[in-house]
Amino acid sequence: MATFHFELVSPERQLFSGAVEQVVVPGSEGDFGILAGHSPFVSTLRPGILTIHGDGQPKRLYVRGGFAEVSSGGLTVLAERATPVEDLNAAHLDQDIKNAEEDLADAKDDAARNKASERLDQLKGVKAALGTAGSTH
Amino acid sequence: MPSLKDLRNRIASVKATQKITKAMQMVAAAKLKRAQTAAEAARPYAEKMDAVLANLTAGVSGSDAPVLLAGTGKDQVHLLVVATAERGLCGAFNSSIVRLARERALALQAEGKTVKFFCVGRKGYDLIRRQFDKQIVGYIEFRAVKQLSYAQAEEVSTQVQKLFADGQFDVATLFFSKFKSVISQIPTAQQIIPAQVAGEAAPAGADIAPYEFEPGETEILADLLPRNVTIQIFKAILENAASEQGARMSSMDNATRNAGEMIKKQTLKYNRARQAMITKELIEIISGAEAL
Repeated sequence: MATFHFELVSPERQLFSGAVEQVVVPGSEGDFGILAGHSPFVSTLRPGILTIHGDGQPKRLYVRGGFAEVSSGGLTVLAERATPVEDLNAAHLDQDIKNAEEDLADAKDDAARNKASERLDQLKGVKAALGTAGSTH
Repeated sequence: MPSLKDLRNRIASVKATQKITKAMQMVAAAKLKRAQTAAEAARPYAEKMDAVLANLTAGVSGSDAPVLLAGTGKDQVHLLVVATAERGLCGAFNSSIVRLARERALALQAEGKTVKFFCVGRKGYDLIRRQFDKQIVGYIEFRAVKQLSYAQAEEVSTQVQKLFADGQFDVATLFFSKFKSVISQIPTAQQIIPAQVAGEAAPAGADIAPYEFEPGETEILADLLPRNVTIQIFKAILENAASEQGARMSSMDNATRNAGEMIKKQTLKYNRARQAMITKELIEIISGAEAL
């Protein structure tokens, strides 16, 4: 299968750089898969699980805040936070959820409230997805 | 003329100081290495961000651009974000950043503009407070923080952007020290709001592909620009951390060398005094014997 260059960077370090076959990115308007030769594309991210399909086992990472860019040079994902799923602990995620709940409580107008509740749903989705994934191992 | 005991004490105290400065130098050298790696690790993200931003801004026309990019249309009120260290004993590091900020502030005030300060780091706050106490609108210190991370940059960025949203200022400039090498750190001023996109000089049309955007172009830009401010601040904090350790290392190296020279001089003086005393005693004995 054709491969393309993929980079995952967070402000603190570069987490992944190399050739991959497919990457599934949690975009703000829904998950999307990127294969080699994808047309130029920019999307923001929602908190979720990013899956890298390359040689061997697919790698799964939890990403939050940032965006993805597809250009002729390949795919670049800039995430404010990115953690491999194996390293992710429930407490971490719970903290994020708690923050989101506080945001929701603090929200002053409808727009802010909508945004906060959307974010909370997304985070709960991640938690649910991880919970089921954990049990199948 | 100091007595022999005075001289001995003086030498001992200089030796103790030299031990401290030597230890500080070695600690700074170890920390510098860590700070440098952190600064380098942050580079790819900032570069990618610049590139994407340049692509995006090229497509957005002037009128509907977000305020973070286009500005408020005025430049009456300036916010100077001054990032310095938490500790002293690092040569001219803190004072040179503050001096640059102060010069800029005075120049702006001479033009009739209003200047406000936002201090990051205790040393800079102490220095600026002396002259511009009433103009300081915010102050953050990282004293309790062991390892600087993105969270700290976010904290600064949120506060600055809140001030901007409240219409507290029109232009924000960030002052920090760029790390060039261990012996050379350059105090730098960088405008962060409205954003300055470096990519405008990029070869037009060569790599700028017609992108598809999801959600719309303006939404992405609105999401990206605040992040960009944070990234710029993060980069500055990391550069600053590396510069601080570099400056401390070279200034402590100087101090150690100075102490060594002082010890040499004092030892010479001590030995001379000792010899003079022995000679004096001998003369006394001999002349006493001759008198008999």
